[in-house]
This record gives sequence, C-alpha cells and structure tokens, in this order.
Amino acid sequence: MPMLPDSHGRFGSYGGRYVPETLMPALLELEDEYAKAKKDRRFQTDLAYYLKQYVGRPTSLYRADRLTKKLGGAKIYLKREDLCHTGAHKINNAIGQVLLALRMKKRRIIAETGAGQHGVATATAAAMFGLQCEVYMGTEDMQRQALNVFRMRLLGATVTGVDAGSRTLKDAISEAMRDWTTNVQTTHYVLGSVLGAHPYPMMIRDFQAIIGREARKQILSVEKRLPDYLVACVGGGSNSIGLFHAFLRDPKVKMIGVEAGGNGIVSGKHAARFSGGKPGVLQGTMTYLLQDENGQINLTHSVSAGLDYAAVGPEHSLYHDQGRIEYTYATDNEALTAFDLLAREEGIVPALESAHAIAQVIKLAPKLKKSQMIIANLSGRGDKDVQQVARMRGVEL
Amino acid sequence: MSGRLETTFKRLRDKKEKALIAYLMAGDPGLAETEQLVVALEQAGADIIELGVPFSDPIADGPVIQQAAERALKNGTSLRKILDSVKSLRQRTEIPIVLMLYYNSIHAMGYETFFTAAKTAGVDGLIVPDMPPDEAGPLKGPADAAELPLIFLLAPTSTPSRRKLVAEESHGFVYYVSLTGITGAKLSNVTNIQQNVQKLKKVSASPIAVGFGVATPEDAAQVSKIADGVIVGSAIVKRIASYQQDPAMIGHVAEFVRSLKAAMAPA
Repeated sequence: MPMLPDSHGRFGSYGGRYVPETLMPALLELEDEYAKAKKDRRFQTDLAYYLKQYVGRPTSLYRADRLTKKLGGAKIYLKREDLCHTGAHKINNAIGQVLLALRMKKRRIIAETGAGQHGVATATAAAMFGLQCEVYMGTEDMQRQALNVFRMRLLGATVTGVDAGSRTLKDAISEAMRDWTTNVQTTHYVLGSVLGAHPYPMMIRDFQAIIGREARKQILSVEKRLPDYLVACVGGGSNSIGLFHAFLRDPKVKMIGVEAGGNGIVSGKHAARFSGGKPGVLQGTMTYLLQDENGQINLTHSVSAGLDYAAVGPEHSLYHDQGRIEYTYATDNEALTAFDLLAREEGIVPALESAHAIAQVIKLAPKLKKSQMIIANLSGRGDKDVQQVARMRGVEL
Repeated sequence: MSGRLETTFKRLRDKKEKALIAYLMAGDPGLAETEQLVVALEQAGADIIELGVPFSDPIADGPVIQQAAERALKNGTSLRKILDSVKSLRQRTEIPIVLMLYYNSIHAMGYETFFTAAKTAGVDGLIVPDMPPDEAGPLKGPADAAELPLIFLLAPTSTPSRRKLVAEESHGFVYYVSLTGITGAKLSNVTNIQQNVQKLKKVSASPIAVGFGVATPEDAAQVSKIADGVIVGSAIVKRIASYQQDPAMIGHVAEFVRSLKAAMAPA
C-alpha cells in the first residue's frame, strides 16, 4: 500500500487543496512545518508528554461483558476515548495542532465546532498554552449543545454564533475559513476533523492514529489476536480513521464506519454521504458530498450535531470506493436506543455521535459467533447530550 | 485567445483608460433584472461584467455576496439558466462577461459539458475563487479546447514563487486581491497594493485588475492609478439589495457605476 496522501494531498482522486489563493501560502507553510515537526524528536516528546500527563492516555480498552451477554454474539470491546480529558478524542488533535501553532509563532487560534467537543478541546489546549481562542459554531448547534458553549466560555474562548445556511457545522467551517483568510498572518486554524484542504486530512489523521495504535497493542496483549471488526461513527471521520488506521494493512480486520441516518435515507433528512451523496468539492477538498444536481450543498439532519455535516473526509471516500471500509448508517432512533442501552447495561452514557457506533454493534454482534471480537470506538462521553435528550423526552431539568 | 477581453483591454489602453469591472450576482433579484443590469451598466461605463454564479457555501465571500447568493438560489437560479441569460444577452451586447463560480458548480455539470456550454453562450473567461492554479489541471484541457481563459487570483500573502505561478497560469487578466480577507471588506493600505501590483507587472503578460474592498469612487480612483482594471462587487450588490423594492433600482445602480467610471478618468 503506497503512502497516502501523495505529495499533492490526494487520496486517489480525493483530497487536494481547493482554497482561495490567500490561504495557499499558509497551507504550504503548515505542510512544511508539520513535516519538520513529525521528524523533530522534541516535538514528538512534547506531544507524547501532554497526551500522557494532560489528556490521560493511553485510554483503556474495556471489555463490555454485560453488553456482550445482552447481545448474545461477538465479544465487544470499547475503546474508551470518552475517558480523555474534555471527554472526547478531539483533544488528541487539538494538542497536536496547538503545539504546531506555537512552532509557527501564531498566538491566535480559531476553530469550528459542531457538537462542541472540538471547540472545548481547542479552547482547553489554548488555555493551557496561554493562546487567544475563538470558536465558530452554528446557532442551531449552540442551542442543542448549550452546555459546551458555556464550557468554552469558562475556558476563556470567544464563541461566535454563525447564523447562515443550516446554522450547523458546515456553516461554522465556512466562517472559520473566512476568519482564517482575513487573519492568516497571526492565526492558526485548528480544524477538528479529517476535512478541508491538504495537509489537514493527513495531519489530523496522524494525530488521531494513536487511538488505533493503542487499541492494536491492547487487544494483542489481552486476546493474542486481532479483532474481527472495528466499528466507529463517521462525521468528518477523525475518530474512525484514528481507530482504523493502524489496522488498514490487516486484511482480516473488517471495518465499519457508521454515518448519521437521521430520519432515514428516504426522508432526505440525514447525513449519510455514502448512501445519498456523490463526489464534489466543498470547503477545500474533493470528497463525497450531499448535493443536488447543480452542485448546491444539501441541508443535513442528525440528532447528533457532530455527525450533521454534508461532506466526509477524503480518505474515507477512497476506502469507500476501494471497499476497504464498509459504510453504513444508524438513524436518530437507533442511536437513541443505543444511548439508553449502553447507559443501562454498562454504566456509560455515550455521546450521541458514539451512540451511532453502538447502534451498529447492536445490529452486528448477534450475527457473529461468540468467538469473534468487535472493537467499537467510544469516541466521546454523553454528558453534553443529557440536556438535549431530556428535552426530547419532555423532561424539564 | 480571449477575443472580447483582449480587445477591451487594448481599446482602453489606447485611450489611456482603465477597465471598470462590475460584479453582479446572477439571479439577484432575478435573471431578467440581471440581464437588464448588464446592459444598463455597460451604458453607464462598465467595461467588463463579472457575473457571479450563486453557490450555497461561498467561502471566499463576505455577507453581502453570500446573502445575494441565497436570494438568487431561492428564486431558482442555476448555472444552466445563467448560461441561457448570457446567450440571450449576446444578441444585445458585446461587453466581455466573465463568470465567477465555485469549483463544485463546474464539477457537478461536468468539465467538458460546462466549457462547451459556456463558450457557446458567449462567456469570455472564468474566475474560480476556490481553485488555485495547483488544482486547475483537469480544467485546463477543456478550457483550452473551448478557448476560455482561466483567470487566477493573487493575494497579498502570495510568495514570489506563487506570484510567478499565478502570472504564468492566468489568462485574460490576473485578479489581484487587494487585501487579506473576503469580498466586501474595507480597502486598506493602498501603498502595499501598489507595491504588489508593480511586482506582479514584472512577471505578468496579462493585464492586472484589483478587486476586494473597492467600494467608493475614491477607492476606484486610487486603484485605477495602480492597475489596469478595477473590480467592484459588494458595493454594487449592496445597492441592488437595498433598492430591491424600488422600480428605479436599475437606474440607481447605473448611476453608482457611472460615478465609479467618472472617478477613474485619466487626469
């Protein structure tokens, strides 16, 4: 398997750098600086230090016995990214990119956020390193993730509402790109998922690949063999590529990415790019998009703000076409059922995003033999969603 | 290879005049009005029309053009309908028309279909704000075949090597972005623009037009002293929006364009 992406930031025909010229020098600088940092022992030592002492890595690989018994099939392991500081895998990337910003002497950090987890992670890293931080968030998302908005403000970040388009993640990214275009000389844009222009999809994948490297080591140490399946939810696709990457060269390990099925594919209200999308260019990259016949981007829907996005990371598009990773979806209702089940059976309240992965485990595990194994990525904890779920159930808090 | 564009720049150069490039969002408030505006703005002194194709997620544009795009999309404007409008305009005017459109609009139609349709309609050039020369490879063949120049943008952040690349790849003219930012921002640091345009002139065989932030006759006057062309976008689109309910909208916008062109008159 060749090294991906190639020198043009391409994963097959996907990826690339579709940005205004104003940003090109910054992207080239970032690519160059990242290449240097990657080889710099000092940078790697610093990164490893913060991931261990501040984030709390390695996260555990937890054998979910009661869930396994309940589903009556394959043995289920959960990679506990919810145990990371700030409650999700997003901090792995935020720390890496803020360290890079420091190398580039950029003292202002901006970010977009959907569910708020990436915004919180970036605000956290910025606070820890004493940098100024501004987070763009769709006003619809600010409403459903009010808790995270307040957390970001507690951490000293400015949260700026975006009242355009569907007022969700996509619009927050556009606004962050506009800010970056305007303030590129002083500002680093900490993109939160494996999206956008090269080198972001590669760099963020590398920062998240620690999830899979740990999981591989952990499962080999406990089970003395590789798992049969890996399951993770796919919004932009950073937690999934993070888990999958270390196993891509293991042909026997099957991988399933779970997109947001929303109200179902037929309803049109979903964010399942591989079920209803086709290739195109959005926000810097060529990838699968939900779009109409004129190339206008469709509005998306998901109960989970973190999966509610019209595009998917370009590397996923390649693996989709190659068939290396299977992509399916879970509907809002399936995710909510999984949310409840994991809370009751395992005492873990998952993020609604991660609940999509659990929903797939619920479908898959009973069909497998007891001798088979699944690792599901529990990408984040569900504290942020408690308020929204209560509201949906008519419970006043 | 760019017939109308080249002729226009040459004609103006002979008169020692600079080109006024007026931006319109196609379909705002409607395509019929856009067609009338093109004709009226030409009579008011616009030398080239830059016709924006509305896109749902215009990352290079500020709020004024974003909202114009939303209005245009809401009333059903599409790239195909815009090309029909250009075709119908060609029975009335020979003013060069350059399309400004995001990459996905071309990709969705298909490169070859698009270039053939654009050429047939009477389009004179293309500006794709989210396509740096580095990504233009797949479009070059069809663009050359249709003899449609690709116009690239250069920014204040561009390094000497990027300046050279953009100058080499850009045909028709080079679009110099006056500021580090998005459309509709405020013009600043004219000295800096002047220095960058002069550096660009040394490596560019094509005329240089400056846009982003040119909002007033005073701005247009300043920029016309520096560059071969002056691009005014948000300031025009803003007027179209504010006179939307006014039957004399076209007259008001034409008057503004006339004041821009007057300010650009050689001393």
